[in-house]
Amino acid sequence: MIRALSVAAFLLALYIGVPGLIALTGRWDFYYTLTSVALLSIGSAGVWLTFYIGRINIGQGAYALAGGYVAAILITKAGINFWATLPLAGLFCAGLAVLIGLPILRLRGVYFSMVTLVLTEVARLSALALPITNGARGITSIPLPGEVSVFGLTLIPDFARLENPKLAFYLMAVTLMCLAYLVLWRLTRSRLGHLFRSLQQNEDLAASIGVNIALLRVLAYAISSFMGGIAGAGFVVISQSIYPSSFQVADSVNFMLNCFLGGLGFVFGPMLGTLVLYFGWSLLFAAAKYQMLIYSTLLIAAMLVVPNGLLSLPAMLRGKGGK
Amino acid sequence: MEQIIVNGLFLGASYALIALGLTLIFSLMNVLNFAHGQMYVIGGFITYTVVAQFHLPFVVGLICSAVALAALGAFVERFLFAPVIRRSKREESTMLLAAGIAFFLDAVTLLVFGEKQRGIPKLVPGVFNWDFRIVMPYDRILIGVLAVALIVAFILFMRQSRTGRAMRALAQDRMAAELMGVDVARYSMIGFALGAMLAGLVGGLLVSIVGVNLGMGGPTSIKAFLMIMIGGAGVISGAIAGGFLLGMLESVGLSLLAAYGDITYLVIFASLMIFLAFRPQGLMGKPWG
Repeated sequence: MIRALSVAAFLLALYIGVPGLIALTGRWDFYYTLTSVALLSIGSAGVWLTFYIGRINIGQGAYALAGGYVAAILITKAGINFWATLPLAGLFCAGLAVLIGLPILRLRGVYFSMVTLVLTEVARLSALALPITNGARGITSIPLPGEVSVFGLTLIPDFARLENPKLAFYLMAVTLMCLAYLVLWRLTRSRLGHLFRSLQQNEDLAASIGVNIALLRVLAYAISSFMGGIAGAGFVVISQSIYPSSFQVADSVNFMLNCFLGGLGFVFGPMLGTLVLYFGWSLLFAAAKYQMLIYSTLLIAAMLVVPNGLLSLPAMLRGKGGK
Repeated sequence: MEQIIVNGLFLGASYALIALGLTLIFSLMNVLNFAHGQMYVIGGFITYTVVAQFHLPFVVGLICSAVALAALGAFVERFLFAPVIRRSKREESTMLLAAGIAFFLDAVTLLVFGEKQRGIPKLVPGVFNWDFRIVMPYDRILIGVLAVALIVAFILFMRQSRTGRAMRALAQDRMAAELMGVDVARYSMIGFALGAMLAGLVGGLLVSIVGVNLGMGGPTSIKAFLMIMIGGAGVISGAIAGGFLLGMLESVGLSLLAAYGDITYLVIFASLMIFLAFRPQGLMGKPWG
């Protein structure tokens, strides 16, 4: 009951509270920030899922970049509607993840993390070298999402003809985010979630009692990369451009940090982590050249004070009170 | 062809030194030091400051880099990594810390040394020229020889000294080493300091050849990761093999693939994937246990 109420309150705040507040205060620039947070948190959700099977994935930037390029190329070269490219970008990344994941998921611990980190750099280099991506100049002036209609009934209006495309983008990103976390939440409470947890605890033990670990870890990695691709495609369409430097090693690291900061033991940890990190970074903009210094100091401090994530804070405080 | 091999050997010697520091830290603490590239950059800037601004000899600059980075490494281990490892539920938490430290060192470097590319004058003038088959400036030869000497010194130190033996025991089995009376906390700190010192030394050595700038940290870390994946993480021979192999691959790739654009690292990575599919623990690494 309490859970249902809090979910309803959260949705109400997302869909009515935030737009209402923005209309009241006139801070229209917040839409762009919040849209970015929502899209990035989809990517973080994917990284969290790889954490869930006990792997540290620092390669989400590679899939975000790949998804972004797939969407950009399909929209500009093939003239496909953005709404159709969105799932295609996700599926492309999932397929790519299966190909790459089959060899590299055999690696464990730090080895896996290192390969995924290098993967991000390789994605950037590929984007620079491949002929279809237009090199360092990137792909620019990508059109806004078009209309989606069934039997003449408009489901999603053409963004270019909307009075307020910022709000439309915000609603799109938030909806995608809710869907991604719904999937994640449902997944952790399913049979599959149990199996994933068994991988996190001990792969050899899981394998010995008949769990198909090779299949499961590729599956988790593919879902994770699907979310990365969706995040990348979403970004491309709100910024209407993509460059090889759109997602770099620092972005991959940030996806991972979002999960850590929110708390690895909580499904909604990556969402909170993304919000806090992104807003923290933007707020520190006022500190000019000390921005990075303060930001990284706070990160290190957070690690020392709450090593198990922000969402573990209530339990920590309760634990202390009980003693 | 001879030229390519010599270039590869020169690159390999300096790469191997970077990889040695990273692999030492990894084997002792199971920590992937994201900030390794940043430590390399700081080492380079310190040598630059000492040599180009205070007009002191190059050797003094190298010693300053080594001492400063060793102190930094010891501090980072004692006050940041050790407490987090003790208190966190999952050992991966050290990764967030390491990434935070990498950002922090980048920020400090920007504030202290600025964002300009820096270099120091040539140490030795002149170019070694063997019939135009091998052309190599003398200062590169000097740095290459110094790097090899440092690698040999490091191996001897790890094999022969009491500290080296303690660290090898720690890398092999932390708990057994502790039970045998090895002071684990102390040698972890010394190991971290030593690893950071190696990064700083390479930075100092290479500042005379390629110079140093703020943006080099991240790519250097990535190259170091590549090397220890090729060789096998946590194994000293693996780090050396990985360093020389990557140096050689880069040298060969740059000359053979130059016609196809900047795809050397793409090819190296693709081959690494295939290699890891057959041998996930790298060349010299131990299989998972």
